[in-house]
Amino acid sequence: MDIQVLKTLYSDYGSMLFQGILDTLFMVFASVAAAYIMGIPIGILTEVTRKGGIRPLPVLNSILGFIINIGRSIPFIILLVAVMPVTRIIAGTTIGPEAATVPLIIAATPFVGRMVENSLREVDAGVIEAAKAMGADTLQIIYKVLLPEALPSLIMGASLATITLVGYTAMAGAVGGRGLGDIALRFGYYRYEADVMVATIILLIIMVQIIQSMGHFLSKKIDKRGKGEN
Amino acid sequence: MIEVKQLTKEFSIAKNKKLTVLNDVNLVIEDGDIFGIIGMSGAGKSTFIRCLNLLERPTRGSILIEGVDITKKKGRELLSLRKQIGMIFQNFNLLMQKNVSKNIAFGLEITRVKDYKIPGISDEDYKKLGFFKKRSLKKKEIGRRVDELLKLVDLEEKKYEYPSKLSGGQRQRVAIARALATNPSILLCDEATSALDSRTTESILKLLKRINEETKVTIIMITHEMNVVQKICNKVAVLDKSEIVASGYTREVFSDTSSEIVAQLLGGGEE
Repeated sequence: MDIQVLKTLYSDYGSMLFQGILDTLFMVFASVAAAYIMGIPIGILTEVTRKGGIRPLPVLNSILGFIINIGRSIPFIILLVAVMPVTRIIAGTTIGPEAATVPLIIAATPFVGRMVENSLREVDAGVIEAAKAMGADTLQIIYKVLLPEALPSLIMGASLATITLVGYTAMAGAVGGRGLGDIALRFGYYRYEADVMVATIILLIIMVQIIQSMGHFLSKKIDKRGKGEN
Repeated sequence: MIEVKQLTKEFSIAKNKKLTVLNDVNLVIEDGDIFGIIGMSGAGKSTFIRCLNLLERPTRGSILIEGVDITKKKGRELLSLRKQIGMIFQNFNLLMQKNVSKNIAFGLEITRVKDYKIPGISDEDYKKLGFFKKRSLKKKEIGRRVDELLKLVDLEEKKYEYPSKLSGGQRQRVAIARALATNPSILLCDEATSALDSRTTESILKLLKRINEETKVTIIMITHEMNVVQKICNKVAVLDKSEIVASGYTREVFSDTSSEIVAQLLGGGEE
């Protein structure tokens, strides 16, 4: 690909691709933020109430597990269509990036909840026992032991969730959500303009790489455990 | 004084199937004792020590501390009791994302004035504190106590290190400081030296002995290592297959060669 091709590509589609990046970023970060606001409490509750957890509540735990599993077993492309009535009530429309965040949040929340739960479960049971022995109550164990000890893992989880959502936004694009995925589909699939599609793929790869590296960097930076030690 | 009376702990492992881990255990531990409980693995030692701060609830029997049965305690009362009983572990169980100072401060940060037993202040004095006994400890008070404890365990220069940078012995010193932060009257040691080499074990035992002499804290330690008991415990109980088979002053128990399990333990200790 010589430089001239890139130049025409830029002048013809530059502003559209730029808008696509903005739309994708908006969809990803708005839904990740909302999914975490709801997913963190769900994850904490599931971990704490499980059998052998800090405060076992089997009934609540099964209900939460059931809800999470339902949310996770519906393929996103189907969920997108299925929740359209809900989307219309909340966003007033079913097209555009704002409307797309509704199904994205619905899909991401159980995913985030499960990931938070898994991160918290990695915390050494001995440390929790020590906190109990010191007379910590359930809330103190959550805030002062579970969350701080699991923080590096929670951050890795957040970058994974964000990357997964980048993929989801491409599907949201297919039903009118706009963003890079939408551009790739329209030009690559419907109009056979492979160069635009390749450009969007490269942009998506860069985006994912940046998110992954940032998550990795942050997680490592705050982790006070030495390399390879418990 | 701690009186353990007819303590039994059963775990239900299946419907109508129970596993008896402790069977009718009776023990008296005097204030200031360093009391060893020795036994093979699976004898019930871990469960026993966890009954003393109700990490495990006994199925039957009672545990009297200063004449009060603790086995009925629940909620706030239980949390407050646990602040009077320190505990250290085989694997130290330090908070890996917090530095030494923060680890030691943990127990203090979750404690209100009324549960923080300052030596020399009587219960009556605490009652006079009225409203103030309900407040949390202040940063300054916590900081002062942490420095005191760092000095006690001889780790002043490691104050801002993270546990991953410390040796096993140093980690256990941090754990000891953390367990003693709220001035407990009892310190439980759960195989506290089993993960340490013999030289480090020696220094930790010395430290525990010194703390016992200085603060009069009652130390209860479970172990499978004979030499640990011989070195610092003034009294010992031998736990075998869920039951106490011998107990008394260390020298007397270990000189009774007619007991098969004692002979076995003594043999194991020489390895």
